[in-house]
Amino acid sequence: MQYNMANRKTSKSRVSSDKYSVLLPTYNERENLPLIVWLLVKYFGESGYDYEIIVIDDRSPDGTLEVAEQLQNIYGADKIILRPREKKLGLGTAYIHGIKHATGNFVIIMDADLSHHPKFIPEFIQKQREGGFDLVSGTRYSGDGGVYGWDLRRKLISRGANFLTQVLLRPGASDLTGSFRLYKKEVLGQLVKKCVSKGYVFQMEMIVRARQLGYSIGEVPITFVDRVYGESKLGGNEIVSFLKGLLTLFATT
Amino acid sequence: MTKLLEWLLGISVVMSTWGLLTFDLLDLKLPPVYKEVAWPMPVYLLVVFGCYSLATVGYRVATFNDCNEASQELQAQIKEAKKDLQKKGLKF
Repeated sequence: MQYNMANRKTSKSRVSSDKYSVLLPTYNERENLPLIVWLLVKYFGESGYDYEIIVIDDRSPDGTLEVAEQLQNIYGADKIILRPREKKLGLGTAYIHGIKHATGNFVIIMDADLSHHPKFIPEFIQKQREGGFDLVSGTRYSGDGGVYGWDLRRKLISRGANFLTQVLLRPGASDLTGSFRLYKKEVLGQLVKKCVSKGYVFQMEMIVRARQLGYSIGEVPITFVDRVYGESKLGGNEIVSFLKGLLTLFATT
Repeated sequence: MTKLLEWLLGISVVMSTWGLLTFDLLDLKLPPVYKEVAWPMPVYLLVVFGCYSLATVGYRVATFNDCNEASQELQAQIKEAKKDLQKKGLKF
C-alpha cells in the first residue's frame, strides 16, 4: 500500500513536470493570431497542462508582430514568447528556430490560420501519455476526423493522393500531409535535421522518416476547418510538386 | 532497403514465378492447366488492383466527413474571442 502511494506520487510529479511548447509560425496572420491564442489559452487553462506559445513571425507586412506584442501584454511574457525572424524562411527552419527557444519537453506544431482547433490538444496529450508515443499526429482520414469547406474535387485529390502514398510508402500513419502534431522535443529536432522537402511534402517526409528511424506514432482524429480568412489553393503546381516529392521519398526511404 | 527496391524485388519475384509457370522454364512437365491459369495472371492482377483502388478511393471520398458542427462551433468561438479580447484591451 505504502509502496503504491509512493509510486503514485512520483508518477504524478513526473506528469506535472511536462511542459508543452506550441510553435506558431506566422506570416500575415494578424486576423487569426489573437483568435488562435485565445483558444489555446482557453483549452490549456481548462485542462491544466503547463504550456507556452512561441510565435515565430517572418516579418509579416500586415503587422502580425504588433498584434502578438499586444497579446503578450495581455497574457504575460511567460506564456506568449515572440521569436520573430528577419524575413520569410522555410517551415523547417522555423521549427529549428522555435525548438531552440522552447522550454517545454514536448512541442506542438499547428497552423495559425484556425484550420487546426486547439480543443484537440488535450486529446493529443492523453494519447501520447497512454502509449508513450514519440509523436502524435492529427488525422483527417480516420475515425471522427474530417474536413470542412472542401468540394468534391478537393476531396477526390486528397483521398487519391493519400491512397497512392499509402500503397507506395506504407508509412503506418493515415494522415501524412497534415501539420497538426505533437512531438517529443528531441524527436522533432532529430527529424527536422533529416528532412529536406518543402510544402506538403515536408510534413509527409517528417512522418516517413519518423517511421524509418523507429519512432512510435500515435494518431488522434481531428476536424480540419479550411481557412476561415484568406484562401487556400490546390492547383496543378501543388499536385506536381507533391508527386515529385512522393517519388523522391519512394526512391530514398 | 528503400521502398523502390522493395517494389522491384516484389515485382521480379512475381514475374519470374509467372515466367516459370507460363513457359515451363525448368522443364517440370507441368500439366497444361498451370499454364492456362498462369499466363493471364499479371493482367488479371492489375485489373483487380485497379478495381480495388477505384472502389477504395470512391468509398473514402463518399464517406469523407463534412464537419459542419466544427465550423459552426469555431464561428461562435471566434465571436466570443473577439468580444473577450476587446474587453482585455486588444486593438484588432
